Amino acid sequence: MEKLFVSSSPHLRSGTGVRSIMLDVIIALAPALIASVILFGLRALLVTAVSVAAAVLAEYLSRKIMKRPNSIGDLSAVVTGMLLAFNLPVSIPLWIAALGSAIAIVVVKQFFGGIGQNFVNPALAGRIILMVSFPAQMTKWTMPLTSFSGLDAVTTATPLGVLSEGGEQAMPPLLDMFFGVRGGCLGETCAVALLLGGVYLVARKVINPIIPICYVGTAALLSLAFGLDPLVQMLSGGLLLGAIFMATDYATSPLTNWGKVIFGIGCGVLTMIIRQFGSLPEGVSFSIVLMNILVPYIDRLTRPVPFGEEGARQ
Amino acid sequence: MENKTLRRFFSFGASRPHGGASVPHRKNTADSESVVMPPPERVIIAMQQHIGAPCEPVVKPGDPVAVGQVVGDTKAFVSAPIHASVSGTVKAITEIQLPGGQKTKAVIIESDGEQRVHESVQPPVIQSREDFAAAVRASGLVGLGGAGFPAHVKLNPPKDAKIDTLIVNGAECEPYITADYREIMENSWDIMSGVYAVKDLLGVENVIIAIENNKPDGIKVLSSIADNSNDPDNQVNIKVLPSRYPQGAEKVLIQATTGRVVPTGKLPSDVGVVVMNITSIAFLSRYMKTGMPLTTKRLTVDGSAIWSPKNVIVPIGTPIKDVIAFAGGYKEDPKKVIMGGPMMGLAMVDDSLPVLKQNNAILAFDEKEAKLMEPLPCIRCGKCVHACPMKLMPTSIERLYKAKDVEGLQKAGAMTCMECGCCAFVCPAGRRLVQSMRLSKALIKNAPKKEAKG
Repeated sequence: MEKLFVSSSPHLRSGTGVRSIMLDVIIALAPALIASVILFGLRALLVTAVSVAAAVLAEYLSRKIMKRPNSIGDLSAVVTGMLLAFNLPVSIPLWIAALGSAIAIVVVKQFFGGIGQNFVNPALAGRIILMVSFPAQMTKWTMPLTSFSGLDAVTTATPLGVLSEGGEQAMPPLLDMFFGVRGGCLGETCAVALLLGGVYLVARKVINPIIPICYVGTAALLSLAFGLDPLVQMLSGGLLLGAIFMATDYATSPLTNWGKVIFGIGCGVLTMIIRQFGSLPEGVSFSIVLMNILVPYIDRLTRPVPFGEEGARQ
Repeated sequence: MENKTLRRFFSFGASRPHGGASVPHRKNTADSESVVMPPPERVIIAMQQHIGAPCEPVVKPGDPVAVGQVVGDTKAFVSAPIHASVSGTVKAITEIQLPGGQKTKAVIIESDGEQRVHESVQPPVIQSREDFAAAVRASGLVGLGGAGFPAHVKLNPPKDAKIDTLIVNGAECEPYITADYREIMENSWDIMSGVYAVKDLLGVENVIIAIENNKPDGIKVLSSIADNSNDPDNQVNIKVLPSRYPQGAEKVLIQATTGRVVPTGKLPSDVGVVVMNITSIAFLSRYMKTGMPLTTKRLTVDGSAIWSPKNVIVPIGTPIKDVIAFAGGYKEDPKKVIMGGPMMGLAMVDDSLPVLKQNNAILAFDEKEAKLMEPLPCIRCGKCVHACPMKLMPTSIERLYKAKDVEGLQKAGAMTCMECGCCAFVCPAGRRLVQSMRLSKALIKNAPKKEAKG
């Protein structure tokens, strides 16, 4: 007999791998990508492709330079690239999209050790860096569905921008907002596509629904408290994209269920405070990144009591 | 951050077992009736086949031995005598390395093929509880579910412990293994008379026979023998549990059947419970009738490298390669041979080691099944945290182990880990979490003890 493998038990694995999880996230993002092409034209696809390509290339090169094993096969860089693109206006110059991806991957993710080690969401941190570096390009909103009319892109304001400015322009009807016919980042507008992706992720047990429910629920309750229309608040800005796809990022959200509750509520409170009292119209990115930083403390606070120790420690 | 009230609040109500994993069942051998293996040419009887003190050989090379004769014993309380499983001649006393790595003495007996029974094999005369406990010890019985805890110790709870419930463990939650299931199907009446014997000894009036819901025929058989005519006072109840690994783990099973939680560092008897494996119970009743000690064991032989998976009853001490040859041999060169189930079993360095009392399966895997994925970095998905039945955070413990933080590991409850394997099973990054748990426990045990405070 040839030599046998000897290893610690268990000798059986579930078969779910990092790659299959990331593939599920990509599948869940697909409806929003399709919606973005319909709403904003083929340029949405181009921005996403450039962003993804830059993320994967940055991941490959940085691992190579750091003499670490190649990790592009886990597809996490693809997810980061897609999420960053979804957080950009469709008119963004392509080089800015590529730069954002490279910053997200190299500075936010690989500098801290790669997958699972980053303490803030790479795509969101990348977006924030772009926001402060290129404020004009990052807030140039295009009216949806104008790409088919053959006219040059028509600029518009986002619903939150409208509200923040005091309502000079007309708000889009709620149904239009639900289907994404409003100004905004290319992947954030179509609520129905994002919800579809969220349901898929929950059904596939990739994400736990606690964070999205607590996040959106808190935001809705606070809207009521502030005298705002909760539906408008939920359907505008990046709330759904953030709650479903960004706040649930494994590396930067709590491990325990109670931790997820605290995290989701915290994101909701911060988002509504920024929207209501801040000088920025939108606060999803900053809220999630701020809560990301608190995750180690939330994890420690909500660590479960091991089996059989409830009585022993009294 | 160490606020206990807060932490208790955050650890959801604990009336039913936490976590677990949906492991594949793979009970391919459920319908294969046990085949009895004839005595092999030689058996290797290890002197450590239980938790506790090892036995010393009480025979010398050249001694003739017969089936059922004591070949190893000790005066230690937590131990069990070891018997010859074949008749023949003692060839040698050697040292072997058990799958767990520890070395032990072993008596090698060359079989004469006659299977003569030793004159000491007589039905025990039992008039008192002390007689019963002595008989259980003399039978050599250890926990046959896999742990190998000496049965007479379990059935001799401290005087101040008030035992009110006997739980008979027929969960058999490990994939592949059907040894206990075959015991139910083939020897259900032994189980029932064993249950009554132990129940009377312990003076309990509540017996729960626990079985997973993936064994409907077993549930039918047990329900029919525990019905009113055999159990007039309705003291024996069948508890059907969802088949979710590790349902049969002692502490999990106690919680699932009675709602009681065994505190860390305490025994089931501290919450009024004795748990016994279902095959152990049936063996005891046969021993009462015949006096034949534990010399054979039913094993499930299965896995992708096994030609024809089946259940076999073999003499204890039979080399594993002989068991596999008897069962039909290898389909292809095995790449991993496991003693026990795939979740908690031990991988062996070769197949020459002997069958031990507490073995219930031998699995042989082909290359595809044997090779585990290379570990990737943890992605903090939290699947291990949700799978842990002991409510630990395996990924955090792994990090604490890397930092060699003994105090942190103790606080994180590393010693509570029972190595069931759920965390590593569900880990998408293929991290060797159970290995980290074992290393963590060793680190805590070997750490220099701090001065006790006031």
